[in-house]
Amino acid sequence: MTFLAFLARRLAGTIPVLIGISLAAFLLVHLAPGDPARLLMGDRASEEAVAALRDQMGLNNDLATQYLNYMGHLLRADLGQSLRFQRPVLTLIGQFLPATLFLIGYVMVISVPLTVILAVTAARNRDRWPDQFIRLGAIIGMTFPVFWLALMMSRYFGVELGWLPVSGFGEGFTGHLRHLFLPAISISAWLVPLLLRSLRATLIHEMEADYVVAGRSKGLPEGLNFRRHVLMNSLIPTLNLLGVMLAYLIGGAVVVEVVYAVPGIGTLMINAVLGRDFQVIQGVTVVYALLTVLITLCVDLLSALIDPRIKP
Amino acid sequence: MTTSDVTTQATKARVSTALAAFLSRNGSFEVLAGLLILTALLVLAFAAAHVVPADPSAIDFEALMAPPSVAHPFGTDHLGRDVFSRTVFALRIDLWMGVAGVAAPLVIGTALGLVAGYFGGWADAILSRIVDVTVAFPFFVLVIAIVGIMGPGLTNYFIALALVGWVSYARLVRAQTAVLRDKDYVQAARVLGYSTPVILFRHVMPATLPVVLVYATTDIVMIVLAGASLGFLGLGVQPPTPEWGAMIAEGQPYVVNAWWICLFPGLAAIVMGFGFVLLSDGLSRMIRQ
Repeated sequence: MTFLAFLARRLAGTIPVLIGISLAAFLLVHLAPGDPARLLMGDRASEEAVAALRDQMGLNNDLATQYLNYMGHLLRADLGQSLRFQRPVLTLIGQFLPATLFLIGYVMVISVPLTVILAVTAARNRDRWPDQFIRLGAIIGMTFPVFWLALMMSRYFGVELGWLPVSGFGEGFTGHLRHLFLPAISISAWLVPLLLRSLRATLIHEMEADYVVAGRSKGLPEGLNFRRHVLMNSLIPTLNLLGVMLAYLIGGAVVVEVVYAVPGIGTLMINAVLGRDFQVIQGVTVVYALLTVLITLCVDLLSALIDPRIKP
Repeated sequence: MTTSDVTTQATKARVSTALAAFLSRNGSFEVLAGLLILTALLVLAFAAAHVVPADPSAIDFEALMAPPSVAHPFGTDHLGRDVFSRTVFALRIDLWMGVAGVAAPLVIGTALGLVAGYFGGWADAILSRIVDVTVAFPFFVLVIAIVGIMGPGLTNYFIALALVGWVSYARLVRAQTAVLRDKDYVQAARVLGYSTPVILFRHVMPATLPVVLVYATTDIVMIVLAGASLGFLGLGVQPPTPEWGAMIAEGQPYVVNAWWICLFPGLAAIVMGFGFVLLSDGLSRMIRQ
């Protein structure tokens, strides 16, 4: 099968997931205690106004009809209306999404090379002191509360030393780079250990494979053998792990955005939660899920392109 | 080679051996170190009232934001409350949060994974679809959304965990059960006429438990960190109850002048996480051997 056919099959595979996401997001709002219309209007609204809104929102219909309505809106890229901002949720997300995407990209650019360097160093020095230090560091790194690290770093590097700005998104590309440096480092400090542990284990596993012995016995230099064979064979598992980790990274970014006042969709979501702006919570959650599905799709396609063994 | 060179090399070798022993390959030392840390924390949590120098909620306007000293080892916060006492008392809530929070996901996930893995077919197909959809949402985002809509607090956090967290356990158990199902001893049990529940819970489940428990040990760290994040965002345990995340949030406005209010609760979370990760790492090595 060609790559295009693989692409088509993989795309078709996401359709049930997308339907599931819409269903979960729909049910999410029904978790709210009490009447959604009353919650939206607040305690002071009159009984008639609430009834009118309930009618307008279609809450008097049965659940299936309500869901089909919601689905119809979603298909037309209508995520509803923000109660607080009095603007379409999609417009709001469009406003806040760039900062989040920039931050995610930034974290990737920092953590992927760092992970590879540290993992390779650890694996090639297995059980000697560089490996021990890196592993111990990775264990400690995993236990850091991300928001705490972010707060402490902004306190020290931003306020105490005055090296970097501690809030906002900045102007222009270099401004973004400067403003998001500490947030990106905070997230990487927690992401790298997770990736690192897995890549190290994969590398060590591959280093004991038969093909490595074969390479060695036909006189291949150790370094070349490692780069050309061990590293290449470890790429796919790491790529897959990266896909999974990105979902965690996106979640961790929410708190860090709040600490550094980055105008991203994480900040938007927390403000919506505190302001009980349900449509925004629901909309942002859907966008986060779509982002994750897209990333997973890209990782799968990339794996298929890199590795000829993954039969499309 | 001078004497100092020899000494440095000897020191280096000694440090290296100590580290090697610490992160030993069979994992027994890690398990021991992890258990030691966790036992110490558990004792501290139970004996909190006898250990701390002050009442964790006692307000002292004479000592607002006092830096760490002999009287207040971790300093005092903006209301003059002793940060050390609050950090120790928070240990109770955060430990409880991790251990209680992992229970529902573990039980639900294991049960569903067993059923899906053992029977396959429809049960498996449905479970796989639900799993696919759940993992499409970033874990923490979905937790925030659920808690945000249901309202802040520890109970709703536990509900959110039960709704979202079982997925990893279901996947782990499903994969193992699908293999165990065809093992000779399980088929023998079937031939002997044992009932399906007996086979599932007496013979298949115990074999899946080690991996599940190791995963749960790391999961506890994630649950505590996510719960502390919720506390920090104002969506978890509510102040004035001492909880690490909520304490850090309370200290945030004063972090420039009184860093100790935020620093120590975070360090406490790291110590606890370190204990659990060591334990989990060591256990998983023991299993693999």
